[in-house]
Amino acid sequence: MSPAILEIENLALAYDKKSILEQVSFDVSPGELVSIIGPNGTGKTTLIKAVSRQLSLAGGEIRIQGESISTMNSRNLAGRMAVVMQNLEPVAMGVEEYILLGRLPFFKKFQFFETRNDLELAQKYMELTHTRPLADKRMDQISGGERQLAAIARALTQEPALLLLDEPTSHLDITHQVQILDLIRSLTRQLNLAVLMVIHDMNLAAEYSDRLILLDKATGSVRATGTPDQVLTRENMEEVYRVPVRIQRHPVSGKPAVFPISGQSAEAGLLDGTH
Amino acid sequence: MKQGQILKWGLLVLGLILFLIFAACLALCTGSAGINVMDIPGILLHGQGTIDYGIITGIRLPRIILGLAMGGALSLAGALLQGMFKNPLVEPYTLGISGGASLGVCCNVLFRFHEKLGILAYPISGFIGAGTVIFLVYTLNRDSRHIRSNRMLLTGVMISYVASSLVMLLMAVSKADELQNIVLWIMGSLDEPNVTLIRMALIGSLAGLFASYFFCLDLNALLLGEEAAASLGVDTARTKKWVFIIASFLTGLSVSVAGIIMFVGLIVPHFMRMVAGPDHRILLIASYLGGAAFLVLCDVAARTVISPLELPVGVITGIIGGLVFITALSRKRVTL
Repeated sequence: MSPAILEIENLALAYDKKSILEQVSFDVSPGELVSIIGPNGTGKTTLIKAVSRQLSLAGGEIRIQGESISTMNSRNLAGRMAVVMQNLEPVAMGVEEYILLGRLPFFKKFQFFETRNDLELAQKYMELTHTRPLADKRMDQISGGERQLAAIARALTQEPALLLLDEPTSHLDITHQVQILDLIRSLTRQLNLAVLMVIHDMNLAAEYSDRLILLDKATGSVRATGTPDQVLTRENMEEVYRVPVRIQRHPVSGKPAVFPISGQSAEAGLLDGTH
Repeated sequence: MKQGQILKWGLLVLGLILFLIFAACLALCTGSAGINVMDIPGILLHGQGTIDYGIITGIRLPRIILGLAMGGALSLAGALLQGMFKNPLVEPYTLGISGGASLGVCCNVLFRFHEKLGILAYPISGFIGAGTVIFLVYTLNRDSRHIRSNRMLLTGVMISYVASSLVMLLMAVSKADELQNIVLWIMGSLDEPNVTLIRMALIGSLAGLFASYFFCLDLNALLLGEEAAASLGVDTARTKKWVFIIASFLTGLSVSVAGIIMFVGLIVPHFMRMVAGPDHRILLIASYLGGAAFLVLCDVAARTVISPLELPVGVITGIIGGLVFITALSRKRVTL
């Protein structure tokens, strides 16, 4: 296996001296899609923020391509890592203009205009993300799903080694969820990207990810890492999410899928039944 | 850069320059002296020493240059601040800079600094007042890592209220002739006899335009939000600091030389955003040129409406700007 793009070692994170996460260690290799899952408030987004250096570390180290991010200059970092944030504010800007902003880290001093190469890269990634037809529309006039695609195109135009995604499918219907996750997975393979993604829906995470990282609120640390089969066990899920669950297989892909059990079902005594 | 885009921007800048030249010519031709338009080239070329020559080069031209410099400065400051705060309602005076300058000038009038320092005491005291407010707003809202935008706005608004209350207080205890001086200054006027000051104003505002272009791409990235801009390699704290300093300098300069001229810094950048789009590479220069032309035209109106008397130019910018803006707004959706 090729050396990891992202290495996180013994990371500790805190907000105002209140510890959020401790002893987090994992890595992401090129061509690998790794998802962070866990209940609300476990620090999934905090973790993404730490990797994208919006948050200072309380301990440990984050390295990209072997270099610690804490000493890297911000343009150097932006040339290696692209981020798609969770809340994409609709800006009154053309979609193509927006995507071209991905070339900003590569502008030379006193360069004001995009080069031909920049334009070609934007075209290439608009093609890949199927956002070409949107080029002349404005970011605040397209749908949430389209905006998400444009944001991914913008991130790819940075030509990063590592792509960070924070809840890329939140607030989207299943059509767009599948469209976007299909795209992310195929890009991971095609461009040999290292992808780290926060995602709420563990079944989608299992369906698409190579590895999962399950965060646990009680310990403020990683509960389990590994393939979906290793992480999505009934024991892990019930302890971390504190609801009774059953694990089944996806009828087509065979990946594990988690079914929470409703209060009514439990009261009706179905919990121990054969259903 | 796309070919079509460059052409479009070039044409827009050219159009605005022509409009500015038109405005300047119009301003050169109008006034109470009643000089015939057709005579002006002749007077300029051969009429050295005549009264008409004196009126044109000694009175009208400096006024045009001051109008151009101040209109450009205010409008550019507005464009910079609206982009930096991502808030279309921000204008150069929102941050309390005008309040600080007024307070400085009030103190000057009441404590009679101008008797010792001469006429320059007005702009100097205005600039000191503005500078104090800028310093306060900035240091109150800075911690080691970043500048907190929303708090900064709120502090600015509060300081602005405090300053205007203090101005009221000083006005209440001042004598009639002092009151007149203060009111006239606050209303804003492009009638400035000191040529050195006019030169400084022009150089200062052009320097501001030049400096702002170092940050035009960073401002584009900031439109996506601070976190996204940071992930594009923009040092957001540094950018915001410098943009704030440039905008404050431009505002302080214009307030201390020409008094308070409302609305230019709010309306022109908005209007230019409708015409040119949100890209700061074109927006900054377009705002500067548009603001310059707008203020020169407003000054023409201020001088002619009740000629031979003169209206404060701030009154005209408010009325014309407000009405034009409301009309434009009702026709087209504007967002930042």
